[in-house]
Amino acid sequence: MRDFAYLRATSTEAARQAAALPGAMLLAGGTTLIDLAKCGVAEPETLVDITHLEGLDGIAVDERGAMIGALARMGHVADHADIKGRFPAVSEAVWQAASAQIRNMATIGGNLMQRTRCPYFRDPSNFSACNKRQPGSGCSAIGGVTRGHAVLGTSEACIAMYPGDLATALVAFDATVHLGERQLLVDDFFLLPGATPDKEHAIEPGEMITAVEIPASAAARRSTYLKVRDRQSYEFAAASAAVGLELEPDGRTIRDLRVALGGVATKPWRARAVEDALKGKVLEPDAVRAASLLAVEGAVDHGANHYKIELAPRVVARAILTLGEAA
Amino acid sequence: MTVRSIRHGDASDGGADAVGGRLSRVDGPAKITGAAKYAVEQQLEGLAHAVLVESTIASGKVRAIASKAAEAAPGVLKVLTPDTIISLRTASDWFGTPPPDKPYCPLARDITFSGQHVAAVVAETFEQAVAAAALVKVSYDETPAIVDLSDGKAGDGIPVDAMTKEWGDAQAAFASAPVRICAAYNTPREYQAPMEPHGLIARWEGDHLTVWEPSQWLDGMARTYAEWFGVPFENVRLVSPYIGGGFGSKALALGHGAVAACAAKMLGRPVRLVMTRPQTFTGYGGRAATRQTVTIGADHDGMIQSIVHRGVNETSIDGMWVEPLGSVTSIMYATPNFSSKQNVVRVNSVVPGAMRAPGENPSAFGIESAIDELSYEVGIDPLEIRLRNYAEQDPEAKKAWSTRQLREAFAAGAERFGWARRTPEPRSMRDGNQLIGWGVAAGTYPVRRAYGEAIVRILADGSVEVESSSIDMGQGTYTILAQTAAETVGVSADDVVVKLGDSRFPRAGVTGGSRLAGVMTGAVHKAATAALDQLVGLAISDPRSPFHALQANTLVVANGRITAPRGDGPDVSISELLESVGRDRIEAVGDTMPANSSAEDRYKNYTTIAMALPHTEGDYSRHSWCAHFVEVRVDEDFGTVRVSRVVSALDSGRLYNPKLAESQWKGGIIMGIGQALLEEGIMDRRHGRIVNNNLADYLVPTNADIPDIEVISVGIPDLHSSVLGGKGVGELAIVGMAPAIANAVFHATGKRVRDLPITLEKLI
Ligand SMILES: Cc1cc2nc3c(=O)[nH]c(=O)nc-3n(C[C@H](O)[C@H](O)[C@H](O)COP(=O)(O)OP(=O)(O)OC[C@H]3O[C@@H](n4cnc5c(N)ncnc54)[C@H](O)[C@@H]3O)c2cc1C
Ligand code: SF4
Repeated sequence: MRDFAYLRATSTEAARQAAALPGAMLLAGGTTLIDLAKCGVAEPETLVDITHLEGLDGIAVDERGAMIGALARMGHVADHADIKGRFPAVSEAVWQAASAQIRNMATIGGNLMQRTRCPYFRDPSNFSACNKRQPGSGCSAIGGVTRGHAVLGTSEACIAMYPGDLATALVAFDATVHLGERQLLVDDFFLLPGATPDKEHAIEPGEMITAVEIPASAAARRSTYLKVRDRQSYEFAAASAAVGLELEPDGRTIRDLRVALGGVATKPWRARAVEDALKGKVLEPDAVRAASLLAVEGAVDHGANHYKIELAPRVVARAILTLGEAA
Repeated sequence: MTVRSIRHGDASDGGADAVGGRLSRVDGPAKITGAAKYAVEQQLEGLAHAVLVESTIASGKVRAIASKAAEAAPGVLKVLTPDTIISLRTASDWFGTPPPDKPYCPLARDITFSGQHVAAVVAETFEQAVAAAALVKVSYDETPAIVDLSDGKAGDGIPVDAMTKEWGDAQAAFASAPVRICAAYNTPREYQAPMEPHGLIARWEGDHLTVWEPSQWLDGMARTYAEWFGVPFENVRLVSPYIGGGFGSKALALGHGAVAACAAKMLGRPVRLVMTRPQTFTGYGGRAATRQTVTIGADHDGMIQSIVHRGVNETSIDGMWVEPLGSVTSIMYATPNFSSKQNVVRVNSVVPGAMRAPGENPSAFGIESAIDELSYEVGIDPLEIRLRNYAEQDPEAKKAWSTRQLREAFAAGAERFGWARRTPEPRSMRDGNQLIGWGVAAGTYPVRRAYGEAIVRILADGSVEVESSSIDMGQGTYTILAQTAAETVGVSADDVVVKLGDSRFPRAGVTGGSRLAGVMTGAVHKAATAALDQLVGLAISDPRSPFHALQANTLVVANGRITAPRGDGPDVSISELLESVGRDRIEAVGDTMPANSSAEDRYKNYTTIAMALPHTEGDYSRHSWCAHFVEVRVDEDFGTVRVSRVVSALDSGRLYNPKLAESQWKGGIIMGIGQALLEEGIMDRRHGRIVNNNLADYLVPTNADIPDIEVISVGIPDLHSSVLGGKGVGELAIVGMAPAIANAVFHATGKRVRDLPITLEKLI
């Protein structure tokens, strides 16, 4: 960790301008950034603290959807009555993330921007090869410890898993990220590693996340976030699924289905093949289990993470069936 | 640190000050309010800060250390390298074996593991030291490393003859047994992960060194510092007021301590050095990875005919750590034929160290899993088979148990758990997607005995002061010594002040092997008895005493007041008596050493472990015992294991304070849940480096992972084990937890997991 300048932004515009300068980074709750600075991954010259900006921490929910300010704390989002009521998967994704202490500090904007937990990425003094940190330097993970790495969306350059829970729920419900005026689907905001794993988001210097918007839907209202992990709390997903379900009036035919996977891919992973296979079908366990296998189509493992390919479809199936039972 | 007991005033205190009472931790309020000041929190004038630079290879040599940039960085006072650090002498080991006469350098040129200290930067501020340490560039000549036990280059290792135990003809008996089972059990590297990382402040004044450092053994560590620097033992003072968890890792002076003390000497300033969390995975050893094969030959009734056990543990390239893997194997069950042998294998790792129940813990995983396998093989209930093979005496030492309430533990645990309702078939109990399994396993830990010393003062205000260089790392020494002094003298525990954690106080040996409570309650009891005798003696015989005329043989001291046995006479407080006889204090030193011990014996006793008494000394074999009953729920689809119920019955002899003992037991059980399901140092085999070296990636249980735990004490006073009848508490309960869980997982799923931890991919 080296010396840096600290700047407290007084307006969104000022924050954007300051953060556009080389070496500058936005500071929200700091639970990712300070951590990465301590392990020598982030070396900001200037930290632009946005936590004092007014009007960015609101949570507004109506029949059209939810608008969540970038500075809303995770803890507030998880506990918000209307988020729980209309977007249960979003609340569940957030309260199962990290710990109560972190959720009290961490913001929604920072949460989307959290970096991978790849241990090689986080240890520059011991592992110089990491394409995400240092483009072109290689990937230390391939051939090494890969138990937590992605099986979907990987490239030869990088197999790092995107660890966030919230974004997984957001892509399931077609949420958008507001970068001031510009808006993007969350699904498009996160980039596949391809040959440029250092570029994780469709965000340009001088841009800042101002809000996240989730359109209302019947599927979002009947939704859940199922997170399977090695320990019961304070742990990232081994595999997770955000699922929303809307049934026809007959109470058995699937009208709308949303499925997204967490813990298994290089970005929050919408599993449209599962959705398409089941829409219009009767909700029935064998069909759900069979269709859920489509969630990991094209998955590639690197040894120790093979279990994720087995696990993810089971998590998807359980989540769909649980929602179905709750009819 | 001085701790006076503060009453919570709630039912949890149970109103009991005496030994055996449920007094709450007297150091609790200071810790909860933040008033407790830990070793490295001392504020010292002119404090400088040291940060370590570690090797990034596992095997090879340091070619060069480029330190110019770091030396020129802001605030840097010194960069220490093997070339610039002052030379030390090699210190003796913890047995006190005279060391080879050669220099010791805590910074390495020859690299034998990744994370070895190679340099250190000292600066005015911590931040400056961290920034400058990143500028130190070390180049290496790397050689291939032996990364772990399964490395092709590791070989079979070195036989440890002292671990060989044999009786009967185990091989032949196994060959002719009608039922035979044979399996290999592995445990990975595990880490103590105390909340308070290791660290210290070192300050020299002339040739006197003061070290503030969390320590499980002040006198032992002071000895090491003294030997390193070639100064008299008396010149080193170790101060260790509170310890934020040790679990075996804080008993020895380590390389980082030597670096800080060297830096302080070289700079003429006090120096603070605190390990980073990743450094706590390589700066000292966790539990060694182990491999055991257990073969059992039995008859169709499940009666064991033979046990053949082979064990291997990792040690480092140039250090020796033996994790005694046959320790439980040889005593848990009666068997006419037995053989156990052990090797150690050198790998490129930091030398492993003590971690809660070293030896017994992995040993129990082997034998307690194996007997469970046998129970299914012969179709006998796992509890029943343990009772059938119950060892009525120590099968190895062929001596009577001092006490062994294991049968009682099985009975009490089974009753509370409802074991009789268990359906024997694996996969026969379920709740929706959850497969339910019930498992049992036993545990044991030897009673390690040593000697201790304490001073007890009765002061003018009637309060009692206890001093000892023993320590409290959360297990409750402050509290039980207050209770012991209170009961012995006859005052309330509120009126006792206990001072621990300073090597200037009367001495104590290592706080390890669950021995301290037995040792120190004995010493305090003795000192307090002597002080009480003096008090009563004065009251009876001093002409100025109000009791003088009474001509009594003895007097009663209770609740801080002195009376005659039949209540016929004066009734005065201790302070009134001291005032009347013109004394401002009564003071007595007590120790439990044999009466004719020489000064040398005493020194050796407190600064080495060579004088500890074997648990089989004399006519008896002394151990604590326990039986764990565990329910797990395994998600059929996900393979996740959750422990949903634990009932453990334990025999630690007499409990000095049941509340604290229960907490220790529960702590051991929780750590055992972590060991069974979560904990594992994960190695990058190409680099020989543990990559999950932090508490986000090295998982220990959270509250959500822990169910209600019920502990039942089935112990009876064991006066062969300690002065007041207690046996070991702290380590016992972790022993047997991992196999109890693995056995429950088998019952739930029909899958036998023999490699810890039991992670989900092993079950899906
Ligand atoms: C031990 C641990 C366990 C965790 N477990 C989980 C888990 O189980 N699930 C999970 O989802 N998360 C988990 N997290 C991650 C946690 O949720 C994130 O650290 C947190 O949400 C980040 O928010 P923050 O406000 O603290 O971000 P910061 O650390 O302040 O910022 C993070 C990044 O985002 C950038 N940034 C911040 N705000 C904006 C903005 N408005 N616009 C553009 N860029 C911005 C910053 O520049 C920085 O690069 C865990 C974290 C830790 C440390
Ligand atoms: S997986 Fe990605 S983040 Fe991890 S080492 Fe490889 S390139 Fe770096």
